Amino acid sequence: MNPPHRPRPRLDSVNTPFWTGGAEGKLNLCKCADCGEFTHPPLPLCRHCQSENVAPHAVAGTGEIDTYTINHQPWAPGLEVPFVIARVRLDGAPGVYLTTNIVNCPVEDVDFDDKVQVVFEEQDGIFYPLFEKVG
Amino acid sequence: MARNEAYITGVGQSEVGVRLPRHPLLLTIDAVNEALADAGLTLDQIDGVCTYPGKVPSFLGFSPVGSDEVIEALGIRSKWHNGAMEQPAQLSAVGNAAQAVKEGLCRHVICFRTVYEAGAMANPREYPMSRPDTVSGPSQWTSPFWAISAACWTAQYAMRHMHKYGMTREQLAQIALNASRNAMKNPRARAITREELTLDKYMSSRMISTPFCLYDCDRFTDASTVVIVSAGDALDEVKVEPVRIAAMSGSVDRYSWDQVEWPAAYETGHDLWTRTDYTAKDVDTVQFYDGFAFLPITWLEGLGFCEKGEGGRFIEGGTRIASDGELPLNTFGGQLGAGRLHGFGFAHEAVTQLRGKGGERQIPGDPKVAVATSGGGPMAAALLLARD
Ligand SMILES: [Zn+2]
Repeated sequence: MNPPHRPRPRLDSVNTPFWTGGAEGKLNLCKCADCGEFTHPPLPLCRHCQSENVAPHAVAGTGEIDTYTINHQPWAPGLEVPFVIARVRLDGAPGVYLTTNIVNCPVEDVDFDDKVQVVFEEQDGIFYPLFEKVG
Repeated sequence: MARNEAYITGVGQSEVGVRLPRHPLLLTIDAVNEALADAGLTLDQIDGVCTYPGKVPSFLGFSPVGSDEVIEALGIRSKWHNGAMEQPAQLSAVGNAAQAVKEGLCRHVICFRTVYEAGAMANPREYPMSRPDTVSGPSQWTSPFWAISAACWTAQYAMRHMHKYGMTREQLAQIALNASRNAMKNPRARAITREELTLDKYMSSRMISTPFCLYDCDRFTDASTVVIVSAGDALDEVKVEPVRIAAMSGSVDRYSWDQVEWPAAYETGHDLWTRTDYTAKDVDTVQFYDGFAFLPITWLEGLGFCEKGEGGRFIEGGTRIASDGELPLNTFGGQLGAGRLHGFGFAHEAVTQLRGKGGERQIPGDPKVAVATSGGGPMAAALLLARD
């Protein structure tokens, strides 16, 4: 059985930079030009100062594992388990966390505070930001 | 009895099962009838209906019955009704009814939560499962990474607690073991718990999402649970000792499971005690939302029954939270032992215990104060209930 397709986010004017930035290797977050804070999930305004002067900003794509779980339940037919679901805190974007998968290593090798970097997985024009351990 | 207060005057519940053939509207009516008989009220005295989250046509198993259908089916002449998901959590529906009767909008409100998640899966023609390949809204930030279930979201809070405070799986297991032990004394839990869980069986069961194994997650259930909320100046119409809604609280900071460090139970728990003269020391029993086993631990800590981070050690061995312990927890079996009633089971049981109607599972002494909670992750709601 082929592995199932990842659920596909429905693109709109606000979330498109995040979900398609990987085409250029960019992890885009919504950033405020007035106060410098990030708003994630993205909105058409800054959630810190309510400025509408927000735009996609590419962050480094590195970070640390904030918390995680090793998932053993196949939530869709053909889904290979186990795999790691993690929450990554991103370098350069204080207060922003991404739920993601940690890939390219055995699940037992994942731990709190591990340093990770983004790797994009493309599927029908969506670039899913997954993360792998650094070094 | 204070006129400007709200009271719970009746509780009721349908048969609780898995893949019940009975129509969910009929399950709802069964629970209503039991609650009416319990309160000594008749339908013509009911003038309000409230539910959580209201009928969800795109996900009928989750919520198959709306408040307007109950009004229609029972011929209620309603002066106020409500059913909404955009509020802190499941038991906020009871809080809304309390506010409505205090405001004089109505006198006796049927509050219900009907679930038909097992029955719906067995009957996809009548209850089509929408499992869209396309996601939007909050789920777009989790589902694409197969974090589809709240089990995976809640598991990450539990993993953090273990990492930061040293909670062990053996400690966590006490939630499920306690639930199973109590469910064995609850006749309505028999479809969910048939034999008492042992630590060995728990430790060797299959993993869902670490640290949660099969027994740390509630299971789809078909049932309806009803709580009747009455105005303080309408108590002469009821035939039982009413239980006062002494305080309530609810909170949401971020509407995101993954942008908050800890569940909202901490803030909601703190707030509850700012609205009453009672303290945690006065509480005789707690009924805490346990859709996943870690959640009661957040309520124990959030409500100050122990320090933050001490929840694992607080429940170690299980004696403290047992039905004859110093703080009996989920005496009906919780959702882990008695089924995913989705929040309302905790209010139902708190009232049952405060009235001394728990039968074989009744806690000792003369309980006067209880806390019932609901929610998980970024959403939380708590009720302080008192017989005073
Ligand atoms: Zn700003």
